[in-house]
Amino acid sequence: MLRKRIIPCLDVSDGRVVKGVNFVNLRDCGEPVEAALRYAEQGADEIVWLNITATGEDASALCRAVERAAEQIDIPLTVGGGINRVGRVRELLLAGADKVSLNTGALARPSLIGEAAERFGSQCIVCAIDARREADGGWRAYVDGGRKPSDWDAVAWGALAVELGAGELLVTSMDSDGVQDGYDLELVETMCETVNVPVVASGGAGRPEHLADALEAGAEAALAASIFHDGTHTIEEVKQVCSARGLPMR
Amino acid sequence: MVDYGAGNLRSLRAAFERAGAEVAVSDQPEQVARAEFVIIPGVGQAASAMQALRERGLVDAILAALRGGSHLFGVCVGMQLLFARSEEGDTAGLGLLPGSTTRLAGARRLPHMGWNDVESAAPHRLTTAFPAPCYFAHTYAVQDAPPRCLLASTSVEHGAFASLVGEGRVAGAQFHPERSGAAGAAFLRTVMRWAGDAA
Repeated sequence: MLRKRIIPCLDVSDGRVVKGVNFVNLRDCGEPVEAALRYAEQGADEIVWLNITATGEDASALCRAVERAAEQIDIPLTVGGGINRVGRVRELLLAGADKVSLNTGALARPSLIGEAAERFGSQCIVCAIDARREADGGWRAYVDGGRKPSDWDAVAWGALAVELGAGELLVTSMDSDGVQDGYDLELVETMCETVNVPVVASGGAGRPEHLADALEAGAEAALAASIFHDGTHTIEEVKQVCSARGLPMR
Repeated sequence: MVDYGAGNLRSLRAAFERAGAEVAVSDQPEQVARAEFVIIPGVGQAASAMQALRERGLVDAILAALRGGSHLFGVCVGMQLLFARSEEGDTAGLGLLPGSTTRLAGARRLPHMGWNDVESAAPHRLTTAFPAPCYFAHTYAVQDAPPRCLLASTSVEHGAFASLVGEGRVAGAQFHPERSGAAGAAFLRTVMRWAGDAA
């Protein structure tokens, strides 16, 4: 039986893991390759590495860091942040990323998803969506690390991204991110009902129960940062809670 | 390890080195043809992988190595290419194993992504690390492998597919041993012992 996945997320800025609240007020949480190795040892099912200051940073330095992580860890590695052309996707895959996550670059030019999926296969193209609730219901997709609203309804954009070839959606609730009060379960459910690819829930984990809630809502994987970085809870604890609720875990 | 631009080359090489292998990565047909053990990595699309191998003269080199007594092991798309055909891009494979790659039928969500059980289908020295969950990331799979080369299988909601295949000195895994934690490492050690057999 396919297991549900628990994924620690490394938001990386200038070579350091950082974490914020509602996408701002970043604080330092260590060195990314070390963190990836530590989480792999602790039973993480995958690592997501998001380069959050991608535009200003040296692209080759990122590739070298990804190479080091990819050679040392023995679980899958997804890398994203600032990717706006197929050549970048290729570089990161060759550096050893198992999947590449597209966000702003894909919203600016949706055909990027199709080009990348055609060339490398849907199984390595993740579409990350930063979604914020709208006053009149529904969610809007945001770009530039949550700084700017796009023209897209987040769920409609998710459906189009899958149609274009995305093999997984990484859906972050901006309202819940860093608040540690639980995922936006309605967003998770809506996205899971809309698409037939795996959905990774992100944003809002504060307790192990929150991750279990997201997986029960239909997500194939639950992503979290703060609770793992701060050492509040371990991956093992989260998996025990999920298993106790009857969810298939590794 | 055959270099034809596959994305998992680096991680697969590192994983084999952790398993005790001395790995030479090569895109040179002469070098591949002389190898004692040939590994075909692979992610992505079958037709473009097969084309990349052909363009570099590596198809003949792989077959020559096999004729010379080499063992051959493929991972993911590298495993799929061992078979006669793939529906993905409608391409011929190496034709070393009977069967074909088709879009995976019976899974609720595709790609089939994540950790799933690899379960022995027949007693074989390559299956001693199983049952164990291993990491998969694929949309196409071999679902018509005959029992004589089906070593392990994996179930989805309404079906199953070949997750480990082999016959003689040819074998392949649909999962990614390089990304399957301790179970993947244990499996690669059995692969190395298997490949160390005298031809």
